[in-house]
Amino acid sequence: MGILVDENTKVVVQGITGNEGTFHAKQMLAYGTNIVAGVTPGKGGEEVEGIPVLNRVKDAVGIYSANTSCIFVPPPFAADAMIEAADAGIDVIVCITEGIPTLDMIKVVTFIRKCGAVLIGPNTPGIISPGKTKVGIMPGHVHKQGGIGVLSRSGTLTYEVVDQLTRVGLGQSTCIGLGGDPIVGASFVDHLQRFKEDRETKGVVLIGEIGGTAEEEAAEYIEEEFDKPVAAFIAGQTAPPGRRMGHAGAIISGGKGKAEDKIHALQSHGITVVLNLGQLGKTALQVFT
Amino acid sequence: MKIHEFQAKDLFRKFGIPVPSGTLATTPSQAVENARSIPGPPWVVKAQIHAGGRGKGGGVRLVRSLEEMSKAVDDILSNPLITPQTGPTGQKVRQVLIEEGLEIEREFYLGMVIDRKLESPVMIFSQAGGMEIEEVSAQHPELVLIEAIDSIQGFMPYQARNFFYALDPMPDKSILKDFSATMIRLYKLFLSKDCSLVEINPLVLTKSGNVVALDAKINVDDNALFRQKEIAQLHDPYEMDELEVKAAESNLNYIRLDGNIGAMVNGAGLAMATMDVIKLAGAEPANFLDVGGGASEEMVTNGLKIILSDERVKAVLINIFGGIMRCDVLARGVVKAAEEVEINVPLIVRLEGTNVEEGREILKHSDLDFSVAQDIEEAARMVAKQVN
Repeated sequence: MGILVDENTKVVVQGITGNEGTFHAKQMLAYGTNIVAGVTPGKGGEEVEGIPVLNRVKDAVGIYSANTSCIFVPPPFAADAMIEAADAGIDVIVCITEGIPTLDMIKVVTFIRKCGAVLIGPNTPGIISPGKTKVGIMPGHVHKQGGIGVLSRSGTLTYEVVDQLTRVGLGQSTCIGLGGDPIVGASFVDHLQRFKEDRETKGVVLIGEIGGTAEEEAAEYIEEEFDKPVAAFIAGQTAPPGRRMGHAGAIISGGKGKAEDKIHALQSHGITVVLNLGQLGKTALQVFT
Repeated sequence: MKIHEFQAKDLFRKFGIPVPSGTLATTPSQAVENARSIPGPPWVVKAQIHAGGRGKGGGVRLVRSLEEMSKAVDDILSNPLITPQTGPTGQKVRQVLIEEGLEIEREFYLGMVIDRKLESPVMIFSQAGGMEIEEVSAQHPELVLIEAIDSIQGFMPYQARNFFYALDPMPDKSILKDFSATMIRLYKLFLSKDCSLVEINPLVLTKSGNVVALDAKINVDDNALFRQKEIAQLHDPYEMDELEVKAAESNLNYIRLDGNIGAMVNGAGLAMATMDVIKLAGAEPANFLDVGGGASEEMVTNGLKIILSDERVKAVLINIFGGIMRCDVLARGVVKAAEEVEINVPLIVRLEGTNVEEGREILKHSDLDFSVAQDIEEAARMVAKQVN
């Protein structure tokens, strides 16, 4: 259990021969992830850490039964890589790449929705079901297997939160980085629907930030359909309007997307919002036990 | 990335969107000289800065003679322009756009933006042109019409008709052709230049029956600049804070704020949360700085130097959770910065994650005078001590 990735996950690393791809493939192997192949067009026949490199994703699926892809391909080529994976029949596509043009992502999500694949990211640290598999770049050692689902739009902020949860004894079922871009493959609501059906998950921590309306939509869904306890944290209470705060999707524009509005929406739908990051572990203990 | 009105209008011209005749000038005499080649009087003198609300600050002026023009240009170029969007000290204006004055029959709003919820570009149209569209949207939502644009179909003629036939009063049907053409061209521009926002406010119908874009605002997706080299060239460094320019040169994500506690963090979400922690501790963040996952020793050194060149900074909080970024790399970067730059403000360091023990050792054995926080709570307490 956990959602989307587990001990049966077979990963193909797209862009495996690049610096990032090679470094993180090694880290994933060390965690115990089953990487069955890598793809770098033109480098088929090579090997990285004992992993066979292929030219095409369809070969990773056909020959090695890859069902999940982890993409380390630079921005100009990332959309093509995601669509190739979806078209080849990959079920879960994790795109680590930051810096992909928004109009490319619109094309990607339109295609992927038709295929039925699940896209995590882009601009994400990935997804991990602690104790089972890690598809991404997060530090595995701060995670611990348990019953809390973690959904976040951030990278290192997620690790900070997970570290606090682990220290108070709250292990995690699956942690997912939704991605820091304005258009991402799946929303809080999409994953909450999966956590709802997952018996291993007893509660969810939601980490949001300024920009867009994903947290507000999650708040409505949680009140109407989600019975397990939820705690939330929203970054960016001090962010000035109109500035992109690192993540392409972290921007308050047209007066919309403010942290205070998200906090208010979550609280008014009955969700506990932690206002002080230092208190997250303590508050989570109260919410989940 | 933002561009100036005159640059946006150049793009409009290329795409066949009508704009007033205009000319650029950087001095009053140049303005008067160039104005001879465009129709007028009257003319309109428009300050060229990125910030909006120029009209409210006297940055848009109607002039009826060349002497009036010269005085207006001189005034605008000599004094910082203060608008609701520039901050109280205003912004220096380096160039003005001189345009023919048109006789306006009606004003509309036309824009395009990416709608995150619909996951698609949308075209926005309103007959309440020449006003703050957010206010119109809040008070008269029925006047703001939106058409989502399908990625395969593109903007369709019926969508222009959806906008046009909602107008009340209805203009002459002969205008529909120009309206529709303008909208389709706007859509083509948006796609081909990787825009995140295009706004024409107002789009006017002149008394002679022409559809003209009186103002033009274009924001381009920063992530697309690698394939929009011509647009990237339009970048105006004077529009950026000088420390932000320096940071960009080192590939650092840095935004200068108004406070007194500098922060260096790896990861945008954690950086924002660290700013929030500083505020909760009773201080004000001086900046946002994300050194990113793969930051080298050099980037860390440069980042620290940039934060320290802001005289308002009374203390610096370094908050690193090492995932890809390793704590020992960070520690070495901080030590190197201390060797190159005099750090005469208190340094609070909080390290956690990959290679944290090595990182802490490196800091311990350096000559640096700093405080080590074990967790966020402690870091916040140390920050609070600095301010009180």
